[in-house]
Amino acid sequence: MNSARWADHPLTQLTLVRFREFWREPEALFWVFVFPVLLAAGLGLAFRNRPPDVLKIAAVTPELAGSLRQEKLLDVEQLSAAGAEEALRTGRVALYAAPSPGGAVVYRYDDTNPEGRTARMLADGAVQRAAGRADPVPSSNRLVREPGSRYIDFLIPGLLGMNLMGSAIWGMGFTIVDARRKKLMKRLIATPMPRHYYLLSFVLARLVLLIAEVGVLLAFGAWVFQVPVRGSMLDFAVLCVLGSLSFSAMGLLIAARAQTIEAASGLMNAVMMPLWILSGVFFSSQRFPAALQPVIRALPLTAAIDALRAHMLQGASLAQVAPQLGVLGAWLLVCFTLALKLFRWR
Amino acid sequence: MPDAALSIRNLRKAYKDVVAVDGLDLDVRRGECFGLLGPNGAGKTTTIEICEGLTAADSGDVEVLGMRWNTHAIELRQRLGIQLQETQLSEKLTVMETVRLFRSFFRRGPEAAEVISLVQLGEKWKCRVGSLSGGQKQRLALACALVGDPDFLFLDEPTTGLDPQARRQLWDLIEQFRLAGRSILLTTHYMDEAERLCDRVAIMDHGKAIAIGTPREMIASIGVEQLVEFSAGCVAEMLDISALGRIEGVREVRADNGCVRLQVTELHHAVPALLDELDRQGVPLTELRTHSASLEDVFVILTGRHLRDE
Repeated sequence: MNSARWADHPLTQLTLVRFREFWREPEALFWVFVFPVLLAAGLGLAFRNRPPDVLKIAAVTPELAGSLRQEKLLDVEQLSAAGAEEALRTGRVALYAAPSPGGAVVYRYDDTNPEGRTARMLADGAVQRAAGRADPVPSSNRLVREPGSRYIDFLIPGLLGMNLMGSAIWGMGFTIVDARRKKLMKRLIATPMPRHYYLLSFVLARLVLLIAEVGVLLAFGAWVFQVPVRGSMLDFAVLCVLGSLSFSAMGLLIAARAQTIEAASGLMNAVMMPLWILSGVFFSSQRFPAALQPVIRALPLTAAIDALRAHMLQGASLAQVAPQLGVLGAWLLVCFTLALKLFRWR
Repeated sequence: MPDAALSIRNLRKAYKDVVAVDGLDLDVRRGECFGLLGPNGAGKTTTIEICEGLTAADSGDVEVLGMRWNTHAIELRQRLGIQLQETQLSEKLTVMETVRLFRSFFRRGPEAAEVISLVQLGEKWKCRVGSLSGGQKQRLALACALVGDPDFLFLDEPTTGLDPQARRQLWDLIEQFRLAGRSILLTTHYMDEAERLCDRVAIMDHGKAIAIGTPREMIASIGVEQLVEFSAGCVAEMLDISALGRIEGVREVRADNGCVRLQVTELHHAVPALLDELDRQGVPLTELRTHSASLEDVFVILTGRHLRDE
């Protein structure tokens, strides 16, 4: 009896409607769950870290070839002078080394080609060391190739932020404008339905779907690319929920008055397109001019993505991303207040 | 009126450039099915939406079940059943899911399954709304209006766009509801619907009720029992109209485009006399129809226009 009463509560029924409408729309499922994973997989593959390239060079004498082979990053081929010239011209080698009178060495390469310049440095180092040069300062290398500093690590938080924004704004905006256009909203307010339940059902459904949406992308990143989450899971959840609520409020504001799907989708694109570009989803927003930076930092997507990156990659706590939380909270408050003021049920 | 389920006094509502309702007075008695009949743009929908508390009036007074919208909105919502003109229910939900949703908004009322079988959608309860026919969708909309066990039902053009069979099915349902003693206000521009369902009707034109009464009273009020129409085809110009007016029992003759319409009191005398007269004038008949006066004729006589005209 108790469970039946709970199931027949208007808020439960309204929230169930949200889920049903979502699950029964295959396109929505694709854009929310499959698309971000495909994007991450594609970009992760394209920008994966490859083993360092071995550069092909040529040497004209056996002695030079011997000295150069001491450098593991060079693949040395011994050729005649004419053969080496030919190989350089056709791009088969990046450089060739030939002896010159007085024990000197001449490197032939194209200095506008980065491979040529790299080969020149590697080759000269090898030749000098073979001739007995000792380095005055001892040095050693520590390579940065571990998870947390690759492109995919940068990308996953960006995609998470983009997904939070997209699903909240599309989900909220489309459903509301569609219900208004079909006079379904007018029909609902002709019943005793408490109006705030209608809006609350969107928030509840969003929060539940959020677990699945974020979970899928996060699990994919962790499983395929070992993308870390260094901060606490609780903080991560708080970030996602706050982000999603802010974007939902933006969606509600966009849908507050629009009468047609066309008007709403125009508005949504006008809002989301600049955010996709400016907020550092695919590349760092630091690339934009310094004068723009304060504006970019005040955008909700920048705040969400910066906070997610700091949390996932550097293990930042909520206190350390307080400025970003403040930006998201401000957007939430302003958009929600405006949306309630402007909202039309018919 | 003390036992009025709905009473409207001097109601006015204007939109930017048109006056939709212009000083309307109306009473619907308890247990009565009342029809607002009129052409498109007569103010029927505006009137019913003001009564439903969906549109605010500019002035005037509306009392529903003894309550007013500004003081008893929550209580009223629980006791009214409403069907709007062009609601599209969510196509991705099933019949049962839709009715359960609407049922959840009301404190009391029958079980969802009960209402679904009442509107004869029992076999369709698992079907998506998108797969229903027009008539089935309209019956589902009626189910959504009935889930709260309402005392008063508002129906805005419940059968517009339906085929004859679906209309008759819906009429039966509305009649059942009326027989259960509930009050109904419905709008329509079909006079057969109004004649069949309504105890009383108001004919609306330009935001005013130009006549109120039972369909029978109204038809009687125009003093015409029968109408005779005939077509004289290509020789229509030869016709002597004034001679037709002198036939016994013929009250008025109107001719346009070769079609002649006579208002007649005694059909059995008038028709033979008419045939004799046409024979005398040498006019061949191509068509002859007679019918009893209907609400359509009342509207034509009161306004000079047809109901379905723009």
